[in-house]
Amino acid sequence: MPILAYRDALNQAMAEEMERDDNVYLMGEEVAEYNGAYKVSQGLWDRFGSRRVIDTPISEGGFSGIGIGSAMVGLRPIIEFMTFSFSLVAIDQILNNAANMRYMSGGQFSIPIVFRGSSGMAGCLAATHSHRLEAIYSHFPGLTVVMPATAADAKGLLKSAIRSDDPVIFIEHENLYGEKGEVPEGDHLVPIGKANVVREGSDVTLLTYSRSILNTLAAAEQLAGEGVSAEVIDLRTLRPLDMDTILKSVLKTHRCVIIEENWPYCGIGAGVADRIYQEIFDELDAPIRRVTAKDAPIPYNRKLELSMLPTVERIVAKINDVLYRKA
Amino acid sequence: MSQVQTAPRTIVDRHKAVIWLRQMHLIRRFEERAAFLYQNQKIGGFCHLYNGQEACAVGSIGMLRDDDYLITAYRDHGHALARGMDPKPAMAELLGKSTGCSGGKGGSMHFFQAEKGFLGGHAIVGSHIPLATGVAFANKYKGGDQVCLCYFGDGAINQGSFHEALNMAGMWKLPAIYYVENNMISMGTQLERSSAVLDLTVRGGEPYHMPAYRVDANDVEQVAEVTQRAITRARAGEGPTFIEAITYRFRGHSMSDPQKYRTKEDMDKAKLRDPITLWENRLLQRGWIDESSLEQMREEIRDQVEAAIEFAENSPEPGPEDLYTNITVAPYTPQESD
Repeated sequence: MPILAYRDALNQAMAEEMERDDNVYLMGEEVAEYNGAYKVSQGLWDRFGSRRVIDTPISEGGFSGIGIGSAMVGLRPIIEFMTFSFSLVAIDQILNNAANMRYMSGGQFSIPIVFRGSSGMAGCLAATHSHRLEAIYSHFPGLTVVMPATAADAKGLLKSAIRSDDPVIFIEHENLYGEKGEVPEGDHLVPIGKANVVREGSDVTLLTYSRSILNTLAAAEQLAGEGVSAEVIDLRTLRPLDMDTILKSVLKTHRCVIIEENWPYCGIGAGVADRIYQEIFDELDAPIRRVTAKDAPIPYNRKLELSMLPTVERIVAKINDVLYRKA
Repeated sequence: MSQVQTAPRTIVDRHKAVIWLRQMHLIRRFEERAAFLYQNQKIGGFCHLYNGQEACAVGSIGMLRDDDYLITAYRDHGHALARGMDPKPAMAELLGKSTGCSGGKGGSMHFFQAEKGFLGGHAIVGSHIPLATGVAFANKYKGGDQVCLCYFGDGAINQGSFHEALNMAGMWKLPAIYYVENNMISMGTQLERSSAVLDLTVRGGEPYHMPAYRVDANDVEQVAEVTQRAITRARAGEGPTFIEAITYRFRGHSMSDPQKYRTKEDMDKAKLRDPITLWENRLLQRGWIDESSLEQMREEIRDQVEAAIEFAENSPEPGPEDLYTNITVAPYTPQESD
């Protein structure tokens, strides 16, 4: 199987879907002639031309709305945010128009659109360029929220997102763009709404997604050497959440730690933990613990920024907590 | 540079002229009855009436083809009716019924009718203007010659979305028509308290490389003529047009507006130029209609609107199961529920 970087897998997904369906187009800042700020759209303008790969002015609200309007009459836009932090400029379009249109129109207009782009703390970008907004977007009925962690999922989930008839928030991670992995050739589709058990185990369930999968797997590996068997689940889709896979695992392990780069209060982990409590409280042998970003704006200073993130050490400590185990 | 329309010219035939009069009367009657139903608490939420602005919608929508698109803001009843929406589903939507044009889940501000290319009433001021640009983008992308006609009020000019959308439409020569219904008041704020310049063609035309026209929108024929120019330009691939339609609303911003920002004298003066009376008189002068056919028309419209009310009142409410329908195309399960 070919080995591709995450960014190239995304590129391949877009190219294949644009080849397959003329209604699919890519629009955003620097996506065409510049080949993308993070080179995710490398070569697409050369291949598909200015009709289908479109550079915009710096008008996130404007071009997001253009995407939504075009989707109302049959196109299937991919709207790239250079980073999801900039989606805050377009949030009225995404939440009021894309998420609500089908409902408000009594089902007459659906919005098959993908909003995609990088996100996260990627190294000294400071508070305005490091946002993780999945908790905000997952809050809204009408949106689908997808966050791939691997190159294979980047391709398979993006292809599914482009084919979805609903608005999809597709959040990549800047630090994953260079991560390589095996990626199936051709029509590789990963279904939306399905989590992936990436490591099987029996003592504790570790729920995570996006970049946190790397440190979570490292923590699981470290504890395996100490006789702890951790099951690691990549949630992949945050809305709709795959509760079946989550509950099946926690019913087996009876313990759970949730790891994310999101802020703790009203975050994804808080919501997921509550849903587990509501369903199977009596099955838990310990309170669910969460490892999140620290509850502060994101600092420029490298050391401070790193201190925000779920490290292997912090993850191991919470796993030990739920196992009532001393390190 | 803006161009000002001065004298009306005959640009439609008698048949269409009479249809336009009928549409204007229908809108006026519909709104008057909606106001009554609102006061009797049959209609909830906000209800923004179109009285006084009828010629804005009728004269412009009247020049569209069936396969063109239009989109508007929250004062949307008039545009829907001018596009030919049956008053029954329109009234049913106001009453929140499942037979409403949006299934009872949109309400007064969110009318939609896909098969007529009516892309909605939209209630966040200015937020739908980029949508119109997107529809025009799609028309060009697909290689068709349809246009998208986009209505908004003078208040919307001050939103960033307006400027972003017009900039891209102008740059990409998209087949859109941006049509501001300037009734001089955004809710309760007079134009001179919201805009640095009072000639809105200055703000919407040249900066975005498109022609701009200012038109007396009490005159349905002038509206039609200017719209036709914009449509011709858009179909020819020459790009968008900005139209400033000078109008006046005879009711408050919404039903709950005491209108302390204007005087009775202002209103009386405006009503001397009621667009329906002006058009009616012109058709009488041309001999295209007479008093008896006019009376018959009014009676038919009264009956039509009463039938719409009866339909709406007798229609079922959406059921509890409808809370979760039409959220996504994919099967929808609420993330949490009781």
